[in-house]
Amino acid sequence: MNAEGVQRAVQRISHEVLERARAEGSLEGLALVGIRRGGVPLAERIRAEIGRASGVTPPLGTLDIALYRDDLSHRGAAPVVGPTDVRFPLEGRTIVLADDVLYTGRTIRAALDELVDFGRPRRVWLAVLVDRGGRELPIAADFTGARFDVPEGHDVQVRWRENGAAEDSVVVREGGKP
Amino acid sequence: MSTESEITVVQGGRVIDPASGVDGIRSVVIREGKIASVAERADAPAGARIVDARGKWVTPGFVDLHVHLREPGQEYKETVATGTRAAVAGGFTSVCAMPNTVPANDNTSVTELMLARAAAAGLARVYPVGAASKGRKGEDLAEYGELKAAGCVALSDDGSPVMSPALMRRALEYSRAFGLPLAVHEEDLHLVGKGVMNEGPTATRLGLQGIPAQAEDVMVLRDLSLLELTGGRLHICHVSTAGAVRAIRDAKRRGLPVTAEATPHHLTLTDQDVAASDYDPDFKMNPPLRSEADVKAVREGIVDGTLDAIATDHAPHSPEEKTLEFDAALNGILGLETAFPVCLDLVRQGILTERRLVEALTISAARCFSLPGGTLAVGAAADLAILDPGLAWVVDPVRGHSRSRNTPWKGKRLTGRCVETLVGGRRVHRLEDSR
Amino acid sequence: MIGRHRHLIGLEPFCREEILEVLDLAISMKEVLSRPVKKVPSLRGKSVVNLFFETSTRTRSSFEIAAKVLSADALNWTAAQSSTTKGETLLDTARNLEAMRPDVLVVRHSASGAPGFLARNLGCSVVSAGDGAHEHPSQGLLDCFTLRERFGSLEGRTVAIVGDISHSRVARSDLHALPKLGAKVRLCGPPTMIPQGVEQMGATVHHDLKTAVEGADAVIMLRIQHERIGDPLIPNTREYSKYWGLNARKAAEWLKPETVILHPGPINRGVELSSDVADGPNSLILDQVQNGVAVRMAILYLLAGGAGEGARAGKV
Repeated sequence: MNAEGVQRAVQRISHEVLERARAEGSLEGLALVGIRRGGVPLAERIRAEIGRASGVTPPLGTLDIALYRDDLSHRGAAPVVGPTDVRFPLEGRTIVLADDVLYTGRTIRAALDELVDFGRPRRVWLAVLVDRGGRELPIAADFTGARFDVPEGHDVQVRWRENGAAEDSVVVREGGKP
Repeated sequence: MSTESEITVVQGGRVIDPASGVDGIRSVVIREGKIASVAERADAPAGARIVDARGKWVTPGFVDLHVHLREPGQEYKETVATGTRAAVAGGFTSVCAMPNTVPANDNTSVTELMLARAAAAGLARVYPVGAASKGRKGEDLAEYGELKAAGCVALSDDGSPVMSPALMRRALEYSRAFGLPLAVHEEDLHLVGKGVMNEGPTATRLGLQGIPAQAEDVMVLRDLSLLELTGGRLHICHVSTAGAVRAIRDAKRRGLPVTAEATPHHLTLTDQDVAASDYDPDFKMNPPLRSEADVKAVREGIVDGTLDAIATDHAPHSPEEKTLEFDAALNGILGLETAFPVCLDLVRQGILTERRLVEALTISAARCFSLPGGTLAVGAAADLAILDPGLAWVVDPVRGHSRSRNTPWKGKRLTGRCVETLVGGRRVHRLEDSR
Repeated sequence: MIGRHRHLIGLEPFCREEILEVLDLAISMKEVLSRPVKKVPSLRGKSVVNLFFETSTRTRSSFEIAAKVLSADALNWTAAQSSTTKGETLLDTARNLEAMRPDVLVVRHSASGAPGFLARNLGCSVVSAGDGAHEHPSQGLLDCFTLRERFGSLEGRTVAIVGDISHSRVARSDLHALPKLGAKVRLCGPPTMIPQGVEQMGATVHHDLKTAVEGADAVIMLRIQHERIGDPLIPNTREYSKYWGLNARKAAEWLKPETVILHPGPINRGVELSSDVADGPNSLILDQVQNGVAVRMAILYLLAGGAGEGARAGKV
């Protein structure tokens, strides 16, 4: 996926979220939470787009799931922990969790566990830029930018301008693990 | 097994005998347990046992003025038998056994027990050192006459200092009646306090309580001053500080009757080795390892004769007593089997001459306590050490002859080893046999 | 710290980057402590055993809370002074505990070198909660964290440490860490309380409190023991307080308005520190306590959060 494709996908997701929120009357209670690091630019862009389209800018939070991983005992060294910043109460809100790539579903599971430790949202929607299949847990996205069937042994990388890339892109390479 | 009636010829070795001024390839003829001749050539009579000492040094058996044999009372650490076995393995044919046994050696019975054990073991000669005070408590004089009659060659409360200057004065005075030297362990316990290593930047960094050098110096100065008052013979044990060396040098210059010894570890290790060992209690002893400046001064002291002798202060302790956190571990390390290679290193570094090394381990030591031995003069007992100065070996405490294992040189590669030892012409140690 | 160290015995072997790694991680840990649910599952199933041979409610509780917030199981084991002829030796006590397979052993002992001794003889990770006068690494780290939180960076800052330096493991740990982060350290106390050769550890020594604290960005006051039997270092606490204690008047006259006050606790109020300064606006003492939990969480996470059985077997 090239930069144009990414932008189109982001816009489409944003409008889908907006429509559904309006339909269910939960626009005021909407909030975006990006999963570090790849989900944060997605959450920021969806938030900006919703703000532009509706005049209402939902609050934004970021979540680092390192402390909630289920594979800590199996890794050689403890993973690096980044900052988590969720400053608004979750009660009654519709949280849109955003991540760049949905693969095994374990990251989302960890994010849900962490989110719930902040409070009890009314509902949680999941928005991802890329769904590459290969689920190991029963997790599904509510809003998907694109679906690729990527075989095992291949890595899907989303490069965001906000995270330092020259331009947005989605790249599939050999090697890497989830 | 060689017997005393045999004739033994030790051939081809470099005989170093400072007492008689010999240093060169000689043959040593031993007859009936005594030195018969030391000459450039000797014809070996028929039936003589030949010992091939080519490539080796042949010296008088070493004399150690300061060992702890732990018997009676602490046989779990060492016995006279195991201690004298370790001694001959290290080239020592005479050892002076300190009186901090249990009970203390302040009486005839303990002295006689030590001598009996030594005779039964038949290895190194043991010269007991009697206590300077009853029970080594530092309060009342022990019976110096009795102790001398029983066989003691010197007096000491070693392990403890004589804190009371009054008692020290009387001890020096009373010892004169019997001609026994007073060997003193110098530390002012008030200055030592709870210290466990030399006070200085290393102790500060390690967070361990320090013992200032002055704890030793003030007592050395005190006792040298008392010596001026009393006369007698003062022998300063295990000198470890520059201050002490300076004081002894000055005292000798003024003609005071003082002798002194230094240990191999105080000649070669510093307090930084405690840090490098990561709080290893095998680097903990009393007096503690000192600063580089102190070690330099102690070396100079041995070189110029201010310090007469090298003595090991061989102090075995069981693993239960040493494998503890540093503060709790007992003071003391082994020394008999490692003394020669450790000190030989000083020769290799050009700090000590071969002659002086051998002298400090033999005749100079013997003279401190007026002991026989330390010489290969004709007619002397045939106590010999045959040493291979180039033999490299790794110190394995488990395979050492001491009952204990507390040595800082464990696992280290040392160069130089005693390969054969004779006492009274009898072979009491041979390296190949003990492997 | 990752990979290179299995234990936290002291800050001396840690380089600047490793110290910063712990401090950065502690920021995230502190954030967890501000949540409604102060718990993360990171060390679930791991056990942290506190083996304290010296009584200490605050440090022990701090480690206990840190372990629990990370969902580890925390067990407290208070032992009497070890290695006496009557009691169990230190090694015996620790070996008995090790048989219960703790992941991390937090040890406080009055003998310098004791945690290192345990680390060499046991298989689990060992964290020192203070050994003799040697080091108190978690305290050193939380002092750095607290100061960095206040100043942003320690580069070029001056920190004065006042008290019985010769017996202080906190001072030594601070002395190992602060200069690596760019701070200058001044030590202050009566001559009897300054250990030999401490300048070699990278500090300047002052016996006058005023010159020590003037212009300093932070002052760390150490607790003065009321009595030290057998080897008195000061005549009494009254004189100590007069010449080396900090009170509001001295603070107002000598300190900058932004100079902060720290103390590892517990405070001898009125001796080294007056209540008004201890409780005053420049005091970061309570922040130290809070940061202590976060820093200890970071330490436990880094030591226990990674390697499981397989990885541990491969490490030295």
